[in-house]
Amino acid sequence: MDVLATRYYYLVTFVVLGLGAYMMIANRNIVKKIIGMNVFQTGIFLFFIAAAYLDGANPPVLTAEPPYVSPLPHVLILTAIVVGVSLTAVALGLVVRIYAEYGTLDAELIREVRHDE
Amino acid sequence: MSDLVPIAVAVPIFASVVALLAGLVRRKTGWHVAVAGSVVHVGIALELARRALFDETVRYVVGGFTSPYGIELVVDGLSATILVLVAVVSLGVLGYARVAGPRSNAFYAAYLLLTAGLTGLSVTGDLFNMYVFLEITGLAAYVLVATGEGGRSAVAALRYLFIGTVGASLFLLGLGYAYIATGTLNMVHLSELLAEVGHTTTLVQTAFAFIVVGLFIKVAIFPLHTWQPEAYASSPDSVSALISALVSTVSAYAFVRVVYTVFTADFLAANPLARDFLLVAAAVSIVAGSALAVAQSEVKRMLAYSSVAQFGLIVAAVSLVSETAMVGAVVHLVGHGLMKGGLFLAAGIVATATGARTVADYDGLADRMPVGAGAFGVLALAMVGVPPAVGFVGKWYIALGAVESEAWGLTVVIVASTLLTLAYFARLVERMFFREAPEVVADGADATAEGTVTPAAADGGDESPPTGRVTLGMYALVVTAAILSVALGAGVVGYEQLIESTVTSLLS
Repeated sequence: MDVLATRYYYLVTFVVLGLGAYMMIANRNIVKKIIGMNVFQTGIFLFFIAAAYLDGANPPVLTAEPPYVSPLPHVLILTAIVVGVSLTAVALGLVVRIYAEYGTLDAELIREVRHDE
Repeated sequence: MSDLVPIAVAVPIFASVVALLAGLVRRKTGWHVAVAGSVVHVGIALELARRALFDETVRYVVGGFTSPYGIELVVDGLSATILVLVAVVSLGVLGYARVAGPRSNAFYAAYLLLTAGLTGLSVTGDLFNMYVFLEITGLAAYVLVATGEGGRSAVAALRYLFIGTVGASLFLLGLGYAYIATGTLNMVHLSELLAEVGHTTTLVQTAFAFIVVGLFIKVAIFPLHTWQPEAYASSPDSVSALISALVSTVSAYAFVRVVYTVFTADFLAANPLARDFLLVAAAVSIVAGSALAVAQSEVKRMLAYSSVAQFGLIVAAVSLVSETAMVGAVVHLVGHGLMKGGLFLAAGIVATATGARTVADYDGLADRMPVGAGAFGVLALAMVGVPPAVGFVGKWYIALGAVESEAWGLTVVIVASTLLTLAYFARLVERMFFREAPEVVADGADATAEGTVTPAAADGGDESPPTGRVTLGMYALVVTAAILSVALGAGVVGYEQLIESTVTSLLS
């Protein structure tokens, strides 16, 4: 229980990961699948940031007193966020094309339409 | 002069931007920019390979930091090999795309970005940098797949994007575990610190599991391959050739890097379960991939499933922790890249000239286009592993490694994989050379020989009639791939000596 009380953010990480993965798999709407993908990635961002957190620590700048929180995971996640945004942009671009082609965002319907082709 | 390593990554990125900007001034200039960029890229790759193979490992730390704090770029014998493969295949496929298209500048910008991502992936010595390049490669690949016509390629690209993102995210998660355990991201430094932390600690084991599963998705190992057949089959021929030859290959290289440079052979020795997991995944992938390939009716899908099986062989070689098998894995990585790329190009010219895209359409193809069918046949047999082709040499080394390690079960699977490969290629070869062409198609034979558009062939419900022109250059490219796939087999003994020190240090 002690772990749960002090490390709950790791628990939240995996709840978020699970939610995101579930949305990607179970949701029929492809835009919501993309949202699921974003939620999934957010879980990982949380994981890194939580790992860098140190209780009572200061930001790692020269004028602040040690101990410092670790700056590196923040930088890594900044990069990962940029990657995530690019992915979302490409995914939404594809959605626009799919909608223009099939007139629906429903993954099941698209599959049926394509089966008939 | 180790500055060449970052330049090797920067050249394609720069060319990509130039291609995009040039498109604003004048349309259809992308191809020329791409060729110029790729020629420079090949030159740099060859020079780096010369240094790495004949002198010593080339190292460069980005941004004036010192290792292990800065991002290190490393070119050793293994990465040099993959680097040259990436550069040469990208340039080669450009020759095919000249006429076959797609022709927009945006396409070539994405094309060069993919080359840049793959180059970065092969030279990086930093785990997080590897994730970034994995994503750059992925993004460019999704875009390229989507350049196909109609909704099919867009749906395939979106599916590829979802699954690929999950793969890369799992890689990132595993990387997070490794980082939390050690506080470093440099691969060599990580391997030392991971050993200090202990290879049997849960943290390190979890990191390994996430990273490996993430990379399995990128490599398309059964049952995580589901994005791959549709992505290959629905993209334009030039794209499927490029992606099939390079993307999974370089991801498999990343897999080798992570297993041996980051986690090292000691990790596999300390965790028999991890090793067994790799072994089983490999065996399942070989068998299931081949079985699925036999069941396909569309030629490009069949080739795609064949890749699932062939990459199973690579994973098998990695799980053996044997120098012989490792040499086999590298040879097979390069060989498979060339052969599979060549096969997709061959399938591309066949489809362009005759409209034949399904296995049944290949009936009597040898009469209709002897050169295309001949090259396809040679490449197919090389893939099966008929001596002296490079496909044979790679599999031979892997099988030898399995025997040396006394992994009998795997030996059986590897030998059987040759038969399974034969199972799906033999039916194509048989159709091409020993069956009569259907009546309707025979009329177009003369036109095909001259490389012009044939009248609509095969009324067998095929959705894609002949679409374009097959130029001499396209034939030359496919024939070159076929010749290389045979000729490289002879060079392997010399190459083995060059790469010996790299493989030894990798496995130590």
